[in-house]
Amino acid sequence: MKVILGIVFLAVLLTCSVAFAQTDAMTPADSTAADTLSPPAPPTDVKAVDTPNDHGHSITVTWKLSTDDGGGAKSVSHYEIFRSASPTGPFDSVGTAVAGQTIFVNGGDKEKQSEDYFPDDSNFYYRVDAVTMNDSVRSSSEIAGPAHAYGQWYNTGRTPVLVAVLLFMILTIYFVSRARKGQELYVRPLGGIEAVDDAIGRATEMGRPILYVLGLGTAADVATIAAFTVLGRVAKRVAEYQTDIIVPTYDPIVMTVAQEVVQSAYLDAGRPDTYKEDSVFFVTQSQFAYVAAVNGIMLRELPATNVYMGKFYAESLLLAETGAVAGSIQISGTDEIAQIPFFIVACDYTLIGEELYAASAYLGREPVLLGSLKAQDWGKALVIILAIAGIVAANFGWTWFTHLFKVAN
Amino acid sequence: MKRTTFVVMAVVAVLFLLSWIFKAIALKGTAEHYWIQGFLITFAAFLTLAVLSFLYKDNPFYKFAEHLFVGMSAAFWMCLGFWTTIVQNLIPRLSSSLSGFFEVPTIPGDYNFFFYIPVLLGLLLLMRLSPKGGWISRWPLAFIVGTTAGLNFIRYLRSDFIKQISSTFVPLFGTDWQGAGHFFSHLDLSATGQLALIAANWLIFVGVFTGLIYFFFSKEHTGWFGRASRVGIWILMITFGASFGYTVMGRVSLLVGRITFLFKDWLSLIS
Repeated sequence: MKVILGIVFLAVLLTCSVAFAQTDAMTPADSTAADTLSPPAPPTDVKAVDTPNDHGHSITVTWKLSTDDGGGAKSVSHYEIFRSASPTGPFDSVGTAVAGQTIFVNGGDKEKQSEDYFPDDSNFYYRVDAVTMNDSVRSSSEIAGPAHAYGQWYNTGRTPVLVAVLLFMILTIYFVSRARKGQELYVRPLGGIEAVDDAIGRATEMGRPILYVLGLGTAADVATIAAFTVLGRVAKRVAEYQTDIIVPTYDPIVMTVAQEVVQSAYLDAGRPDTYKEDSVFFVTQSQFAYVAAVNGIMLRELPATNVYMGKFYAESLLLAETGAVAGSIQISGTDEIAQIPFFIVACDYTLIGEELYAASAYLGREPVLLGSLKAQDWGKALVIILAIAGIVAANFGWTWFTHLFKVAN
Repeated sequence: MKRTTFVVMAVVAVLFLLSWIFKAIALKGTAEHYWIQGFLITFAAFLTLAVLSFLYKDNPFYKFAEHLFVGMSAAFWMCLGFWTTIVQNLIPRLSSSLSGFFEVPTIPGDYNFFFYIPVLLGLLLLMRLSPKGGWISRWPLAFIVGTTAGLNFIRYLRSDFIKQISSTFVPLFGTDWQGAGHFFSHLDLSATGQLALIAANWLIFVGVFTGLIYFFFSKEHTGWFGRASRVGIWILMITFGASFGYTVMGRVSLLVGRITFLFKDWLSLIS
């Protein structure tokens, strides 16, 4: 009897589990899962071309979406891209693209030793697979190719930069030639620069030196290059007045250039014999050690005037505060926006950003510098005009105008 | 040296010597080399206080810290430059025998004749040391300054000129302007609302326009030009003020870090 009851119980259990299994099989989720088992439509119109506007070592693959990507059975989860050196294969996977994406850039390294080396001028064939959630259920496109990578001489995405360069070039040449012909080019007075001569005179009267700090920039920085021009002017005046100048530098190349500049200035002033080679010297390439040394010079040598021109970072306030405590007249100029506020609060005169570049032209009065300054001014006028035109375009939705200023990286 | 100075220096030396002993005893059991550890913490505290003493006035302790800092850093950067730039980057690309001498791995494929050019330029720079051939050093200088200025010109044109022009292309009446009536009836005063967006766009426009006028050097700043320039400098000064406050906060946090070191790591007064 017990055996019969047990068999009946097992039979009931079995029946129930089969019934539940059948019910589960009818759920929509399993219905979709069943659909994904069938391969999706393959991507079409696959093209492989050299990636434009690059240095080579890259091929771009494009395709049209599978009809099951976002439509049809909606079963495409991603695309897998394969590459081969022969149309018959074997094909190796080179990457994936998410569903909805129709482009893949297959790039690599230009170094032959690199594992990721991608040769130029070698033919490659590509295939794109539409892949479902089940990785083995996929469909392959037609084979595209051959395509080979090569570098371009001209990056069309940077045409706006070329136009701007040409524009500046023409403007600069025009104004430089005008200045060379002796035409008077007006430059408005700059407060800080007007004060330089007075400051040098004060140093002479007090019998104290002038401290010229070139900051932490390298000889490649525009601010440092502008600071060299101002240094030339200051050194010339110093030589004429027979005052001492101290130029502690942070960078060895900057030191070398500064030595040349100061020596030339002494020569121009007709006093090459009074030039002291150790007036321009290297301190260290550690930011705060440099500050500590310059601060020490300020308090021990007590310069009458401190001139800070060039590229400055966190040391700007430390230097300017110490100079103010020492009672020196301070003139500063930098294009480092974050440091200008510190110079403004701690110095007597500050050249803000582009005023530093203008200062070199204002002081030197050389045709090349004056011409480039005028070209910059015309460049600014052009910016104002273009900005207004761009704002009008943005208000009226003329996107073609804004696209003219898109620059590729 | 004055007698007072000598006495002060002696007292400070004794105090820090005692501090070293106490610190080492405190570290015993927690650090393996507790004498060295104790010395390093005490010496770091001494240097911190020596540098801070500059706030009072220039003194022998500051001079000691300054000279130590400058000397150590100059030597450190020179060694670092030699070993990382010349030994690790240049020599493996020049000669396998030199690589063997310096025990750095050679990369055969990296050998490139062009790397002899910087070597030559570097040697020409050293010609400054020669009394007669000093003028030759101007050639590499001209190359360095000229090349980098040219490269930077393109970079600045792209990032500072063209991209900034396109960033100024903002709709002054917002992106969804449907007339003044609609604007005022649906006035949104939130930070992300249309009013804030319009105000921000106008600020960009006025700021760029007047700021550029301030930096215009070919015309005297008088009349309407002068007034626009004055607005420009006001906008600049407000920006600098905000930047100043932001940076000062950062500096205060650095000071807090140093004070924490003194009171926690050195004196162990705070946990």
